[in-house]
Amino acid sequence: MEKALAGPSVVFEIFGIPITETVVSTWIIMAVIILGAFILTRRFEKLPRGVQNVAEALVEGINDFTAQTMGEKNRWFAPYAGTLLIFIFLANISGLFALWPPTADANTTIGLALMTFVLILYSNIRYKGLLGYLKGLFLEPIPIVFAPINIIGELATPVSLAFRLYGNILAGVVIMGLIYSAVPVLIPVPLHFYFDLFAGILQSFIFTMLTMVFVSMAMETD
Amino acid sequence: MGYTELAVAAFAVLGAGIAMIAGLGPGIGQGFAAGKGVEAVGRQPEARGSIITTMILGQAVAETTGIYSFVIAFILIALARGILG
Repeated sequence: MEKALAGPSVVFEIFGIPITETVVSTWIIMAVIILGAFILTRRFEKLPRGVQNVAEALVEGINDFTAQTMGEKNRWFAPYAGTLLIFIFLANISGLFALWPPTADANTTIGLALMTFVLILYSNIRYKGLLGYLKGLFLEPIPIVFAPINIIGELATPVSLAFRLYGNILAGVVIMGLIYSAVPVLIPVPLHFYFDLFAGILQSFIFTMLTMVFVSMAMETD
Repeated sequence: MGYTELAVAAFAVLGAGIAMIAGLGPGIGQGFAAGKGVEAVGRQPEARGSIITTMILGQAVAETTGIYSFVIAFILIALARGILG
């Protein structure tokens, strides 16, 4: 409980820059992803065998998921969506492996949400033009009067994305900490399935899906 | 530690509890969405997959206010912990 409330602790310092548990967990997840990519993509053959089946199923699943959410013509978005999905999924379930989940730290989630925000801005400017985007922001539905509301609405997107993921995972960590301090045996086991596995999978899907929905909304030209 | 600090810490913890009343809203909203989802599946069983996906997406968005209240409660508790040492 104390651990959950105090947040990630500083493991060591490099030149005065504190390296928290969040960063260490992120490094471990990066290593797992690199290792996984290396193992899954070795020795590809025409007829899939062994791990190649897993790799193909994963790539196909993510491609179809993207096409289903953003439309067939936006299949090119799949690599980014897949990266987000795999990273957030591994980050969310890392609580199971006694690591501090990086997504239970606002720094990670705000970083991810800012990436989505940049993508939204880029898509808006690319597909509507800078003038068209500014016109939509300042002159619709009533000129100038609605501009502050539009701008706040635009800025609320990354904030809500970041805090949804952060709050969900942190809530899991805090509740698991409470339960561990009350009953440390047997009872936490089924709850890990809900707070780590179910919430982790769901939130990684939600984050990816909302990113795709927001980006494809920004692409729509009227 | 003076009475002022103690009062601030006490009210911060009280505020954390009050902030979590916002948990009511997402509960009602998610239940409503789930009920409508069941109705939709009953009417169109073949569209089950896309109904569940849409429902979960809507519920996740409805959950946001509850999560905000949790984050605020957490910040208040961190404040109280900071004062009490």
